[in-house]
Amino acid sequence: MQWEPIIGLEVHLQLATKSKIFSGSPTTFGAEPNTQASAVDLAMPGMLPVLNEQAVHFAVQFGLGIGAEIGKRSVFDRKNYFYPDLPKGYQISQFESPIVGKGHFEILMDDGSTRSIGITRAHLEEDAGKSLHEDFHGQSGIDLNRAGTPLLEIVSEPEIRNAGEAVAYLKALHSLVTYLGISDGNMAEGSMRCDVNISLRRIGSETLGTRAEIKNVNSFRFVEKAIRYEIERQADILDDGGKVVQETRLYDADRDETRPMRSKEVANDYRYFPEPDLLPVVIDDAYIEAIRSALPELPADKRHRFMQQYELSAYDASVLSDSRPLAAYFEAVVAECGDAKIAANWVQGELLGQLNRDERSIEHCPVSAADLGALIRRILDNSISGKIAKQVFEAMWQGAGSADDIIAAKGLQQVSDSGAIETIVDEVLAGNAAQVQQYLDADEAKQKKLVGFFVGQVMTLSKGQANPQMVNTLLAKKLV
Amino acid sequence: MHTKSVAQLATGLSEGQFSSVELTRVFLDRIAAIDPLYNSFISVDETAAMAAATAADKRIAAGDAVALTGIPIAHKDIFCTNGMRTSCGSRMLDNFIPPYDATVIQRFKAAGAVLLGKTNMDEFAMGSSNESSFYGPTRNPWDTTLVPGGSSGGSAAAVAGLLAPAATGTDTGGSIRQPAAFCGITGLKPTYGRVSRLGMVAFASSLDQAGPMAHSAQDCALLLNIMAGHDPLDSTSSKVGTEDYCSTLQNSLAGLRIGLPREYFKEGLDSATGECINAALKELEALGATLVEVSLPHSSLTVPAYYIIAPAEASTNLSRFDGVRYGYRCEDPSDLHDLYSRSRQEGFGDEVKRRILVGTYALSAGYYDAYYKKAQQVRRLIKQDFMECFEQVDIIAGPTTPGPAFALGAKSNDSIAMYLEDIYTLAVNLAGLPGISVPAGFVDHKPVGLQLIGRHFDEALLLNTAHALQQVTDWHLRTPASATGGHA
Repeated sequence: MQWEPIIGLEVHLQLATKSKIFSGSPTTFGAEPNTQASAVDLAMPGMLPVLNEQAVHFAVQFGLGIGAEIGKRSVFDRKNYFYPDLPKGYQISQFESPIVGKGHFEILMDDGSTRSIGITRAHLEEDAGKSLHEDFHGQSGIDLNRAGTPLLEIVSEPEIRNAGEAVAYLKALHSLVTYLGISDGNMAEGSMRCDVNISLRRIGSETLGTRAEIKNVNSFRFVEKAIRYEIERQADILDDGGKVVQETRLYDADRDETRPMRSKEVANDYRYFPEPDLLPVVIDDAYIEAIRSALPELPADKRHRFMQQYELSAYDASVLSDSRPLAAYFEAVVAECGDAKIAANWVQGELLGQLNRDERSIEHCPVSAADLGALIRRILDNSISGKIAKQVFEAMWQGAGSADDIIAAKGLQQVSDSGAIETIVDEVLAGNAAQVQQYLDADEAKQKKLVGFFVGQVMTLSKGQANPQMVNTLLAKKLV
Repeated sequence: MHTKSVAQLATGLSEGQFSSVELTRVFLDRIAAIDPLYNSFISVDETAAMAAATAADKRIAAGDAVALTGIPIAHKDIFCTNGMRTSCGSRMLDNFIPPYDATVIQRFKAAGAVLLGKTNMDEFAMGSSNESSFYGPTRNPWDTTLVPGGSSGGSAAAVAGLLAPAATGTDTGGSIRQPAAFCGITGLKPTYGRVSRLGMVAFASSLDQAGPMAHSAQDCALLLNIMAGHDPLDSTSSKVGTEDYCSTLQNSLAGLRIGLPREYFKEGLDSATGECINAALKELEALGATLVEVSLPHSSLTVPAYYIIAPAEASTNLSRFDGVRYGYRCEDPSDLHDLYSRSRQEGFGDEVKRRILVGTYALSAGYYDAYYKKAQQVRRLIKQDFMECFEQVDIIAGPTTPGPAFALGAKSNDSIAMYLEDIYTLAVNLAGLPGISVPAGFVDHKPVGLQLIGRHFDEALLLNTAHALQQVTDWHLRTPASATGGHA
């Protein structure tokens, strides 16, 4: 392809405040329609907005998390348009003076490489309600529960070049905001909604092409598919010598295509002007420093530390640092067992596997980090083999107790008594004379493969409890 | 009882000379008998008023009364009243019954004042004559062929006509002071942010301010004591501390420096009105004040700046009236666009539509810098003019209006002439300053108002000065013949 995609993302992030940005109504998701809408949210006459300080706090946290300039004097503006789910006829947003200025953060690609993506700005605004077009006999229903929910609109620089980078950007963003605790990042519930701006230019050219904006793409997978589709669509037009129309498009997941939104849905002139019902938000250095000093270690920093301190691969470090509770769990396991590599394998393998199977989050993990660490300790001190450990872990998952309890109760302690193991080895060799002969006749390379058979037999007879190293040593001694 | 001041009525109630029930009955009866002439009330709920009076009497008997307990007060129909229609003078809200009280209303209720009724006004407070009301024009008690001024014309007429001892109003560009001047009463527009705007239907958010309208400065002080104060639910309401505005009324005016802006005494000012103003100023001089000529050089830019900023804010403040959740909705809308356009076309009157159009235009892409932004820059210059004057003087004085009340219909087809009515009052709103209109004589039996403008949050000095003037003059005590049984 002779075209280079230029992609910028606008993410609407729902902030995890308890109440709305300009009223005291709760923000809980999924309540009965219009039960979380106050007179302010309904834009009753004479009602006035009062800014929720927590939303400002969250926005500043985000700004500091991406190393951005914090707007010391940010201003709310009215964005005017008519729609039934926008009760005031304007949305309170920020236009000229946003609370968060230019910043950047690091994204990690699948191949382990990283890129820094610039953030143009992030500003606070209120969400609109929802229009419900079904079940009203040709009329529309309006649910204003969501109206006034605080959003942080995060605008990236047009520095993303393909669908993979876009997804990596969103994942990094998701990780960052959940680390900061400023949003639950739940895309399915609309806590993170994404608009994609995309244009193509001839490779090597500096001039930007005409862009299309794809609205409200609400999962990582759809972002990827929508971008792939749109790149192809625009490339086809340009290849044929045509022109891309600047327009707002909608991604239809069912048909896996983008298509233009009806022009009625697109307002042209929002008549922005400073919201006279609110004072400018003035933030002083002390406020910023207090937030800065309370910031947690951020995902990228943690990932780098994991790579250095625990000698993990970029991939392992990124999986384990993806969420704060998982990273904390991992580090607690390491603290308990003292071996980061085995801990990393166990957390990524058994633990995440079980969590996925049970559709549980790490916060609801039935096995504590200390207990998992204690289990790993039993592998390290040769009390049990890795294979037995998996059985023990399964039992721990079912709530059967600590690793030591289960090992004792089920008699799973590894057999390291050379006499006991030798008895079993002798028994196996005696019972498999043909295989012994076969082994003795084979060359060295083949022998290596064949020895596994005897190890397996010994482990079966010992119910997996024989110390595998000792089994190997004994077999090597006897198979001559 | 109807001729007494609020202060006198409060004394009468506390001394048991009469009850709030008796007092309220007197005013309700007067409204029923006389208001058909003035059309100063839009809604009166006798049952609720009498119930409030009964409750006030109990409170007085229990020794739990405060300054305004049991005093009937009329409220401009712009303040939301829980369970009682709040129309804002518009067909758009003819059916609107708020489920909440404005903060101003809450404060009066908490003080035990009796809500006498809701007064007529220009539609959405847009007007200077009360002729744009959906409920028909209000007439001036001094001469019912004249307008009472606007937009708080109903409140002014009700007080002047002795249908209420005092009333509330709102002032975005002169809407308390101009009708106060036309009706011969005292009206105070406090500093922007002094009184909560919560529950007051918004016209222009950065200019709107509620204030008291009464016969005397003393009565205004009594009302302001109730109204003033920070409201955590209005982000623009000020945290500057309030004072007891009655406690400084008696202060001497000796040494008071009063600035007279030469721009307010030039051509455009009716000469007879000017003479009244000068006579009133002489009285103040006799009381110990010094008169100093000052200048407000950007005065000529006031009207254009105001008529960009106020309509711009109004155009978006009024977007919420869309026929969707409350208020007027057209019959059988065919689709969403029809619902919006017909509900607003039928629900709003001409002046409101004119200002929505002007404001929408001023905020449009490509015009914003030339109009709205420029107007805001002018606004800062206007404010700066005042700040510089206040380095030389304590108060600025001049006429409230260019002339006395005009005849109904005289300017209703000439928007510009109507807008020029507010030439002396608009700048005060643009600068966020407090201003008061005080009766200052008559021209052809038509009242004239003297405007006093103070520093931010210096309401006390305005009320003190006005009170001093009212101790040596009786213009504020005169009553129109139509109110006392004479001929209209």
